[in-house]
Amino acid sequence: MSGPPLLEVRALTKRFGGVTAVDGCSFAVRRGTITGLIGPNGSGKTTVFNLVTGHLPADSGQLVFDGRPVTRPDPGRLYRRGLSRTFQQPRVFGELTVLENLVTAAGHGWRALAGRRLGARDAARGDGLLAEFGLSAHRDTPAAELSYGQRKLLEFAALLMSEPALVLLDEPTAGVSPAMVATIERHVRARHASGTTFLLVEHDMGLVMRLCDPVIVLDGGTVIAEGPPDDVRSLPRVLDAYLGG
Amino acid sequence: MRRWPGRYGRYGRYGPGLAALVALAVLVVFPLAVSAPWLVTIGLFTLMYAALASAWNLVGGYAGYPSLGHAAFFGMGAYAEAIWWTHRTAGSGYGPFWTLPPIGLAVAAVAVPVAWVAMRTRTDVFAIVTITFLFVVQTLAFNLRGLTGGAQGVAMPVAPFAPATFERPFYYAMLALLVLALAMSYGVLHSRLGLALTAVRGDEDKARSVGVPVGAAKLTAFALSVVVTAMAGGVWAYYLSFIYPQFAVDPLLSIGMVLMVFLGGRGTLWGPVLGAFVVAPAQQYLAYRFGASQLYLLAYAALFVVVMLVMPRGALPTLRDRIRRAEARA
Repeated sequence: MSGPPLLEVRALTKRFGGVTAVDGCSFAVRRGTITGLIGPNGSGKTTVFNLVTGHLPADSGQLVFDGRPVTRPDPGRLYRRGLSRTFQQPRVFGELTVLENLVTAAGHGWRALAGRRLGARDAARGDGLLAEFGLSAHRDTPAAELSYGQRKLLEFAALLMSEPALVLLDEPTAGVSPAMVATIERHVRARHASGTTFLLVEHDMGLVMRLCDPVIVLDGGTVIAEGPPDDVRSLPRVLDAYLGG
Repeated sequence: MRRWPGRYGRYGRYGPGLAALVALAVLVVFPLAVSAPWLVTIGLFTLMYAALASAWNLVGGYAGYPSLGHAAFFGMGAYAEAIWWTHRTAGSGYGPFWTLPPIGLAVAAVAVPVAWVAMRTRTDVFAIVTITFLFVVQTLAFNLRGLTGGAQGVAMPVAPFAPATFERPFYYAMLALLVLALAMSYGVLHSRLGLALTAVRGDEDKARSVGVPVGAAKLTAFALSVVVTAMAGGVWAYYLSFIYPQFAVDPLLSIGMVLMVFLGGRGTLWGPVLGAFVVAPAQQYLAYRFGASQLYLLAYAALFVVVMLVMPRGALPTLRDRIRRAEARA
């Protein structure tokens, strides 16, 4: 698919004290792709996620999402515009039931606060997603009682309530069972097929090679390579970054 | 969330509502059936604390923001009522009750910018910021002599009610405030606002990142809470008809609300009422028996420690868990 990219990151920089975690980082995520963002530990992947979603303020750089510049990234506003993310450690609302977790993430503004706790339309959409993700049996269970893998699924399912254009997944398969890895991969593929764009940070190289195209390689906070997974994998500077050269 | 499944049989779904109606009827009849004015006074203060605790619960329980500054809004309501009526006559005696709603709204309007600043902090820092606000308001009450009379206090007309039934109108005003606070709590729990507040209490940053209007939710809860708190202050001022800074803006009042909510169960509908109905009569009775001694403060501290050790979530959630587990075993 061509046309302007869905997300464009230009010369993004973030320093923590004396450490430059993200250093003039530029890349684009094209519409309809599952773009992989890889790199050795400490290469700045999660910081890039935090900057793009407004969880951290950048020191400099520009963001363009969906054709419009984002001057002051704010997580809530970006979420309602269609850019959402998961966290490395899944974050769900443990006191709320699984269905309530979904409805909470529906992305309504302040005007909806006066509405019913679980509006009929939101509940119906939530039930649909629960069925899609195989969580219907847990509909009325407090999310605190779910397993780690189920929480990852729930976090992913919940942000789909906002019908996002772009989903940033931060290590979606870290720490879950092989069966759950396959489940998560299946859901990413299904959602991708129905038009959602993904940007994925992942350490499971097998999964990245199967799922992502293109792949962006980060090292020392800058992009050192970009392209189809098979090409990137064999580049000497990528091997150097991973193996230490 | 699903409580007491099937417990009331065929009338199950009406059970809690019926229980609330019976309780309300008992409270309505109480001052008519009891002739001793001191008992009605204890009832009056118990209802006041129950309303205050329920109101505090909207912020401290549902949103998880432990305000220690609520006594400041109580005092602002008290002073607004007293100052407004200083140079007026109370007429039939009911006029001062009708100024309460506008006073509640006005104090809430003052509270919103305060909360907007204070709610940028969380947990312990928020508690410190709000108690600081309380002392600022108390200092102002001492020093704005032209307005508040300073340490001399401010007087408003004494209500012209018959001595034998003098407490009744104040008692019913406090009861109305308790009903209002509970209606608010019920409404919040069953609305999207309640969902948003629970999300905020659990993980505010995550809530923000999934588009929950966090700021609007917190400020709405705070404003609702302050409306009731300030109106209670107004009724209190009219009942005493003479108020001083150290009692109108009293840190112990804030502590009392917190203690009652923690005892009964934070973030539950009935917990704050339960806490108030245990602590407030005991406190009033001790004051009645032992005069103005500060004995009840020791009891306060001891009770707080015991609650935190034995049932850190409060009585109702602990009981509910016990029942749930017993039912699961059965």
